[in-house]
Amino acid sequence: MDKSKRALPKPTPETAHFWEGTKSKQLLLQSCSSCYHTYFPPRPFCPACGSKDVKIQIASGKATLDSYVINHRNHPAFEGPYSIAIVKLEEGPQMMTNIVDCPQTPEALQLDMPLTVKYEELSEDITLPLFSPVGANDE
Amino acid sequence: MNKGVAVVGASETTELGVIPNLSQQQLHADAALNALEDAGLNIKDIDGLATAGDRPTDLAYYLGITPKWVDGTAVGGCSFMLHVRHAVAAINSGHCETVLITHGESGRSGVGRGGFAAAPSSLAGQFEMPFGPMGPTSLFTLPVLRYMKDYGMTHEQLAMVAVIQREWASKNPRASQKEPITVEDVLNSKMIAYPFHLLECCLVTDGGGALILTKAEKAQDFPNKPVYILGTGESVETPMISQMQSLTSSRAFSVAGPEAMREAKISHDDVDHLMIYDAFAHLPIYGLEDLGFCERGEAPSFIEERNTAPGGRLPMNTNGGGLSYMHSGMYGMYAMQESVRQVRGVAPAQVPDVDVSLCLGVGGMFGASGCVVFSSEPSF
Ligand SMILES: [Zn+2]
Repeated sequence: MDKSKRALPKPTPETAHFWEGTKSKQLLLQSCSSCYHTYFPPRPFCPACGSKDVKIQIASGKATLDSYVINHRNHPAFEGPYSIAIVKLEEGPQMMTNIVDCPQTPEALQLDMPLTVKYEELSEDITLPLFSPVGANDE
Repeated sequence: MNKGVAVVGASETTELGVIPNLSQQQLHADAALNALEDAGLNIKDIDGLATAGDRPTDLAYYLGITPKWVDGTAVGGCSFMLHVRHAVAAINSGHCETVLITHGESGRSGVGRGGFAAAPSSLAGQFEMPFGPMGPTSLFTLPVLRYMKDYGMTHEQLAMVAVIQREWASKNPRASQKEPITVEDVLNSKMIAYPFHLLECCLVTDGGGALILTKAEKAQDFPNKPVYILGTGESVETPMISQMQSLTSSRAFSVAGPEAMREAKISHDDVDHLMIYDAFAHLPIYGLEDLGFCERGEAPSFIEERNTAPGGRLPMNTNGGGLSYMHSGMYGMYAMQESVRQVRGVAPAQVPDVDVSLCLGVGGMFGASGCVVFSSEPSF
């Protein structure tokens, strides 16, 4: 496994705060001061009502497993079959991620299981939010 | 004066499957020249041009025409359905009279074909690509486990979609895969992206297709039976499958399908033949439900009970679909070609008495949709 073979995101002015956040182990969402909608991916206006009065919100990092596939094709950044998942954050938004610290099998990956965010540093600028099953990293 | 638009020329490329001796641009042209011959027209009769995958500028120059109406809407595999919708509006408003819509794609051989990689600064480049998706097989497939858990669909029911489409393909000499298969064969085929096996994923082939549209009032003057456009619809949802509002329903389907049916003034019972773009086995399931042919969660058993199979009451994907007929990457053109053949009565697996054929397309990974209602009559 060579994590440097992952596609490296290139932040834009609208998303830079998100990637600054993951570097300091914070998952940053945005929420609307007009309609209270919490959303992701980042943009400087609310996609629910159009208001520009939005602020950054620190997410709890808790999520549940909404859906996934286990990719069996070879990818240079991964060893063997690996999960690509959509998780539902406690605050509402969905995001794509990988579920780590557990076997990459249908038996281990149960829909709706509780997850917590963890961070994987790819480069000086980019740290990815990944998710692991609650309790997976307990001693 | 009867306002309206009809298809007066339709054809695919002479060959389908593996065509390493033609560039992508020539696949467009081969289909276009075949469609012109089908319509008894010369290229100089064309005054409107639409295409996707390549730029209309490239195609106009290559074909030797200077159109006065152009559409390069490119929202993935259903772009050609959107071109039909836009062409109907253009012809009805007098912007042009005779529109050529072309598709050509060297999907397997890759001769003269551009790339599709998401820019690292795009939203998909930042928030999906780092997690290792490898194109449609590990993206388009992502929502289906949620559907399976919410509605109890089994792996066998998903496999059955591929089995029944292969039944249709076995009646079609131009289909890439014609050998009958069983549910067991599907479940034993190579795992691509759990829960999807190889036989639940579309083919990767070369080919093309073209349509020629003109005013309905002139449609009887052409050599082949005209096929009228009764209604069309279109929409887009998101470039990222992880951001679908619901993982068990497509918003784009839910806008494009009902809008096409409303325009056509048809109800579900009026539909004799159905095409639902099947890049993967779950698409017909989502499509049947989003179009309202089935209640939520009922499409898997509707298919399993052979309603869409040969002899069933709602024949669907009668060319064999993207799973068995052909899939160059942007399959929407082939779905419409089959609708036209069924309404004309010349399909290899012809359904008796098709007066209304509904054709639903998808673009991207549930990112976009276009829908066209074809008919043997100018109005319903
Ligand atoms: Zn708002």
